[in-house]
This record gives sequence, structure tokens and C-alpha cells, in this order.
Amino acid sequence: MTSLARDAEFQKRLFFIQSILPLGLIAWDWSWGKLGANPVEFVTRTTGVLALVFLVITLLVTPLRKLLGWTWLARHRRTFGLFTFFYGALHALTYLVFDRALRWSTVPGDVWERPFIAVGALAFLLMVPLAVTSTNAMIKRLGGKAWTRLHRLTYVVAVAGAVHYWMIVKSDIRWPAAFGAAVALLLGYRVLALRKPLPSPVPSL
Amino acid sequence: MKSSEITPEATYLNRRNFLKASIWAGATLATVGTYRAFSPRTAARNDGATLATIGKSEAPTIGADESVNSFEDIAGYNNYYEFSTDKAEVAGKARHFITRPWTVEVGGLVQQPKTFDLDNLLKFPQVERVYRFRCVEGWSMVIPWVGFPLRELLARVQPLGSASHVAFETYYDLKRMPDSDSAGIDLPYVEGLRLDEAMHPLTLLATGLYGKTLPNQNGAPVRLVVPWKYGFKSIKSLVRITLSERQPPTTWNLANAAEYGFYSNVNPAVTHPRWSQESERRIGESRMRATLPFNGYAAEVAGLYAGMDLRKHF
Repeated sequence: MTSLARDAEFQKRLFFIQSILPLGLIAWDWSWGKLGANPVEFVTRTTGVLALVFLVITLLVTPLRKLLGWTWLARHRRTFGLFTFFYGALHALTYLVFDRALRWSTVPGDVWERPFIAVGALAFLLMVPLAVTSTNAMIKRLGGKAWTRLHRLTYVVAVAGAVHYWMIVKSDIRWPAAFGAAVALLLGYRVLALRKPLPSPVPSL
Repeated sequence: MKSSEITPEATYLNRRNFLKASIWAGATLATVGTYRAFSPRTAARNDGATLATIGKSEAPTIGADESVNSFEDIAGYNNYYEFSTDKAEVAGKARHFITRPWTVEVGGLVQQPKTFDLDNLLKFPQVERVYRFRCVEGWSMVIPWVGFPLRELLARVQPLGSASHVAFETYYDLKRMPDSDSAGIDLPYVEGLRLDEAMHPLTLLATGLYGKTLPNQNGAPVRLVVPWKYGFKSIKSLVRITLSERQPPTTWNLANAAEYGFYSNVNPAVTHPRWSQESERRIGESRMRATLPFNGYAAEVAGLYAGMDLRKHF
């Protein structure tokens, strides 16, 4: 197992394919007309939930590193973060294309009437600078400290994402509650483990 | 260390490849399985009993650019929180719900309280009514209901002059509806109408759709259909109808009075914090349609609300 923990190529391929697979499955079902009676609603909901799932996975990286010493996971955090942005972008796109039919002038009024959309838009827009600064060159340009500070916006994105989900649900709050609890737990851990040092990466062979 | 204790390179690589392949298979299975657990599956079947209907009625027709939704859509996408809060899951969860024998108790401020057996209800002359159905969640369908006007049932029990409202109640049994635990609303589901709304010729007691008895997920064996109001007013699986002199409590209004009013007439001018009520997605279409006041039945029902501020009484 230790050898697989060092096999970055294997991990990279595995995580990338598994992360893109849900989109492939949605496309497959769509091409066969198997997305149910309301495909637009299904795609909107599923891409939104996927964004939240990847957000939770991204936030899991540091705790797993500190608690289990899984240092190898850290190099994939960018992939998870970018997939959060990717599914979030698809989610926003379904709203603009199918709900608003790309009539941009109707968006502000609609957002005003439905505040949960404003919260979701905030979560998405805050991810834009994070995605833009995710390259190695940008990390170097910003410098580690500034970059880290900027990327703490992820915590705001997580809270806004969980609140957005909570606001759209009519009465059965089980899923938003589960995501809310996960986000609370992951952010709470960070506060508690503030002083716990990150285990240093395994020396490469 | 003896050389025999060292794993030969070929064996090591084989083991490694096997391990990798296993991880790939396991991860893929988990991803696909999770997706499948949350994606819509089985198509609904129309296995109800054929109802003897007497021709089409003179109900308002739908527009030239509208068509009746498929049985699969109507019976495969349902809000019935007693069974599930997932619209694609209701049909499967309600599959084994037994609706015979069934009685509807009609009482309250009436001269002749009466309990109707389902067979009694099916003896009322049944008609087909093609109505638009607009859910408060911003989607809509066109449904070929079978049933009879509620006023015919009310005429049998003779409402007293003091009766001003009608209360309705859905069947509820936690043992037969175990998922209702997480519905997040108080049950049994209750609804209400003003007496003149209940007596309106468009207000239907539906016993079937597409010429057959109602599928369980659509509110078998008998439900209310009020086509100019949001779908949640059209209460399912009726067990009790009570005439009263007060406006009765209604489930969604109790759950969130700011969002769901007693009247809940389809009204594009009254906004909702989650769903735009200006337009709707007709199931089976990708473009949005403009939502019509009173769901397109203004000519028939607007008179019921003459002089009322419908923004206040939403």
C-alpha cells in the first residue's frame, strides 16, 4: 500500500476519472432519455449536490493529513477544488440556460425575489478567484502566504453552499442538514487543530 | 536474507497491478452505484382497472399549443410526502399501498352526514376532464382526469346554511407510510376550500386518470382536483370531508404561512422565495411557459374573488 501511496500518477488518473464519471453518467442517461420526467430539475439538483460533495472532499484533505498522516492526498487537493468549481459552474449554467433561457435582464429581478440564488451566486463567484489562482505559476506569483490567505475563502464558499442548499429545500431537511453538519465539522476541526502541525510529506524516492 | 525470500519482480508487479485494478473496479462501482441510487429509475406502469367513463365533458379545453402529458410522466413524478419527498421515488414506495376497502366520511355542518364507500363514489357518473396541473415548485402538466364534480357529492349530504368552508383530510398511517417520518410537515395532510370554491363546477373528485383507476402515487383511490390552484391544494387519498363555519387549517400554511396562503390560487403576480411563479416548466418541454392567472381558468373562476386583494389573500 505504501507504494501506491507514492504512486502519484495512479492516484491522479483514478481521482480524475472518478470525478468526471458522474458527468459522464448524467450525459449517458440524458442521451437515452433516462433522466426522469423533469431532466432539467435533475441536472440542476445533481450538479449542485456534486459541487457540495467535492467541496466536502476538498475540505477533508487537511484533516485526513493531520489525523491519519495521509500526506499523499495533499497533492490532489487542487483537483478536488477545481472539480468543485467545475460542477458549480455547470450548476450555474443550467440555471442561466434552462431557468432564465439566457435572458440576462431577468436575472437581477429573479435573484432579488429568490434570495437563495443570491447566496448560491456568492458561493460560485467567490470560487472564481480561487480557480484562477490555482496554477503553480499563480501560487509562485502570489507567494505562499498571500495565496493561503486568499484560499481561506473556501470556508466562506462552504458555508454559503450549505446555506444555499438549506434555503431551497421545502420541508425535508435531511440532506442539507447532513451537508451543513459536514461543513461545520470540517471547519470546527480546523479551529481545534490550529496548532497541530501538518505531518511533513513522505520523502520522494 | 535468503534470495528465496525476496519477492520476484514479476510477482511483485502482478500483485501491484491486481491491487490497482481492484481499486479501479471498487472506486468505479462505488461512484456508479452512488449515482444510480440518486438517479430516476423505473418507469411507471398503467395497471389500474378500466373505469366506465361517459364521454368527454364540456370542461375548458387546453390551448392549441398544449398537449396531454404521458402516463409515465404523470405517474412517475409525484409529490406525495407520506411516501417520499423524492418525486421520482413515490411510485415505487407507494406500490404496495392497498386502497380497498376505502371509505370517505362526509360530515360537519350538513343535514345528512354520510360515509361513502369507494363503490358508492364510483357510481356517480364519471367524466373525463383534461386539466392543467400547476405545482407551486414551478412545473406543470396536462392531466386527463376521470371523476365527478365535488358539488354532486356535497348535494347528497345537503350543507347547512351556516357552512362556509370545507375541510379535507388525507389518509395517514405511519406504519403503512414509514418514510413520512422525514416529510418535515405535520400529518395527516389537511386542506380546505371556501364552500363556493368547493361547489364550483370545475372542482373535481378524481377517481382515475387516463381512463383507469388512480395509481397509488397520484392519490388513489380518490382525490381532489382544483385546477386553478397550486397542486398542493388538490389533496390526495381522501378519507374525510368536513363542512364548517370557519376557515380550516391547511398543511403547507401551517408549515410556512409566509410562503403558502389559504387560497393559493395560481398567480404569476405573487412571488415565492424559491420558485418563480411568473413562468413554469411544462413537463416534457425544455422551454419555459408563462404562468397564467388562475392557471388559465380565470374566465371560469375569477368571479369567486371579486373585490378581493389577491396579493394579500395569496
